[in-house]
Amino acid sequence: MTKKEFSMQCPLPVRDYPRVLLAHGGGGKLMHQMIEKIFASSFQNEILKKRHDSAILSLPSSKIAMTTDSYVVRPLFFPGGDIGSMSVYGTVNDLAMAGARPKYLSAGFILEEGLEMETLWKVVQSMADAAKECGIELVTGDTKVVDKGKGDGIFINTTGIGVFEHSQAIEPQSIRTGDKIILNGDLGRHGIAVMIAREGLSLESQIESDSASLADLVMKLLDLKVEIHCLRDLTRGGLSSALNELAETRGVQIRVEEKSIPVREDVHGACEILGLDPLYVANEGRFLVFVKAGDADKVLKVIKSHPLGEAASVIGEVTKEKDPRVTLVNQVGTSRILDMLSGEQLPRIC
Amino acid sequence: MKYVDEYRDGKLAGQFADAIKRTVTKPWTVMEVCGGQTHAIVRFGLDELLPSSLNLIHGPGCPVCVTPLELIDQAVEIASLENVIFCSFGDMLRVPGSRRDLFSVKASGGDVRILYSPLDALAIASENPRKEVVFFAVGFETTAPAHAMAVKQAWERGIRNFSILVSHVLVPPAMEAILASPHNRVQGFLAAGHVCTVMGYTEYEPLARKYKVPIVVTGFEPSDILQGLFMCVKQLEEGRTEVENQYARSVKREGNRKARETVREVFQVIPRKWRGIGEIPKSGLGLREKYAVMDAAKRFNLTSYEAEESPDCISGLILQGLKKPDECPAFGKKCTPEHPLGATMVSSEGACAAYYRYRGSR
Repeated sequence: MTKKEFSMQCPLPVRDYPRVLLAHGGGGKLMHQMIEKIFASSFQNEILKKRHDSAILSLPSSKIAMTTDSYVVRPLFFPGGDIGSMSVYGTVNDLAMAGARPKYLSAGFILEEGLEMETLWKVVQSMADAAKECGIELVTGDTKVVDKGKGDGIFINTTGIGVFEHSQAIEPQSIRTGDKIILNGDLGRHGIAVMIAREGLSLESQIESDSASLADLVMKLLDLKVEIHCLRDLTRGGLSSALNELAETRGVQIRVEEKSIPVREDVHGACEILGLDPLYVANEGRFLVFVKAGDADKVLKVIKSHPLGEAASVIGEVTKEKDPRVTLVNQVGTSRILDMLSGEQLPRIC
Repeated sequence: MKYVDEYRDGKLAGQFADAIKRTVTKPWTVMEVCGGQTHAIVRFGLDELLPSSLNLIHGPGCPVCVTPLELIDQAVEIASLENVIFCSFGDMLRVPGSRRDLFSVKASGGDVRILYSPLDALAIASENPRKEVVFFAVGFETTAPAHAMAVKQAWERGIRNFSILVSHVLVPPAMEAILASPHNRVQGFLAAGHVCTVMGYTEYEPLARKYKVPIVVTGFEPSDILQGLFMCVKQLEEGRTEVENQYARSVKREGNRKARETVREVFQVIPRKWRGIGEIPKSGLGLREKYAVMDAAKRFNLTSYEAEESPDCISGLILQGLKKPDECPAFGKKCTPEHPLGATMVSSEGACAAYYRYRGSR
């Protein structure tokens, strides 16, 4: 994290406006000043430079991927990440899951009156760093300010556009019986890191979010030119929700082995204490690969050689084409249904 | 993870399951008392490892499930008040009262907070002196020491804006109510390890003698439960009816003396109503006279509610071990975790929720 300990200070004269005012969303000079000094200076590129109402994009292919996501997280900064980098990585990852190379990004900010300008600056710098890392350009944006108490500091919406450099259909419909399922690493770190930071729980070990861009790793997998059928990132609802969604969409049965699913010891411990199941906890840098069985070893090898995939493993397979369901073979050797949660996981009484 | 994985080891579990198969010569019915044990049994499919002549039935040991509807209604009433910060363990928020649950109070603007410890509620009270801070003190003997400690500290530190809505129940009287029932089928018990960690197990010795049932204090991991079952069926086969301790790594015969003293100082034993079962004498805890000012039910001058359960819900029979969740006609149809008819479907420890989550409605 040291690279993100910002030495740069917010360029708006802090003594004048240490906090965001309603007027910063009012369309006048203050808004213009904030856009120029905070946003435009951070996301410099040719398209943004034109200051047009719309970004005009030339794309190499007629088939593109587009996705949108809104980011609300408290606290704004948590171990391993912050709302800024998350709002870039999350959308980049959704593009990558379609097998697209992330190209362009829009960002909409809803700021709460009273937000410290320095906090906004840090978030925007983190977004800019993340965008640079992912090779995606932020080409259009919007800012609104809401009354104090009507927001939670910063809400960010990002929309991403990605392009295809191959002709494979990477989607749930391509999943086949016999496909192996590969997971790129340990589960539950993001959800637990945020929960610990939010609730002020004092646990001895430091758990950092796994928030990261998966685009580079996915592009390397596509370069293999093997039969990758589907990719899915594991965000809210964790592994369990992702598997259930896919089983339901494609109408297949999936079987996974609990003992092959990596969960770090400190995360496991926190989950045991809090009464949570790591298979349902959110991640921000984990994804599944559904791949033709014969190609699984090649894919696993590439994932394992990438920094975001050292703990990768084959966790299960697609077993049948009817009665969609997900079955988990647990450590004891018996099996059970791995269901989707009906709501949020709630901490238990005892 | 150390201290967890070794108790989830498939080989060890298999050895205990084999030992049970070799020991059992006739049909037996054993009840696991605690909801945490029910969950482990269904989650790990432990019943699949057992001989079909050994019948496991699920007991009343889920604090969320046995909290009466009226108390949820009282909680909802308090939480809806303007000046109140209402604090609770997470799984109580989704339990429907007769009209609404605490989540919907939160959604309509009530200050309802999920906490992990009643001591956090005390901290909130001292930071918000103009607000009334109420903690929903639900649970068995396991949570009682923390609630007692919060009340005691509030008293000593003069924090007057703190109170608790008490719904504390005790395990041994419920076990006795089950044994004394003319419909009783239970021939042996796995007692709740965490409750005994606090209370010890001397209270169970007269029960084992009087009703001639073996009682094995048991933990919560797969090999704990299978070992507890093995110890229980061994007693049944040998005609013994003793209290044994499988969970010795946590439980001592006398329990945790300090915790018990704190509970005794703050609470007294009173009759309590159990959801789905009815009133059981000497089965709950209420605040002692000295601390009565911290009783939220008195402080807010609450209406006494008369709430009616859904006629389709058989959670009472399930909590007494007379029926299993999949024997209920509403299970998985009219009654699901999204639209629960009774608390055994709502709580993460409820038997119906465990069946639904791990076995599905298929």
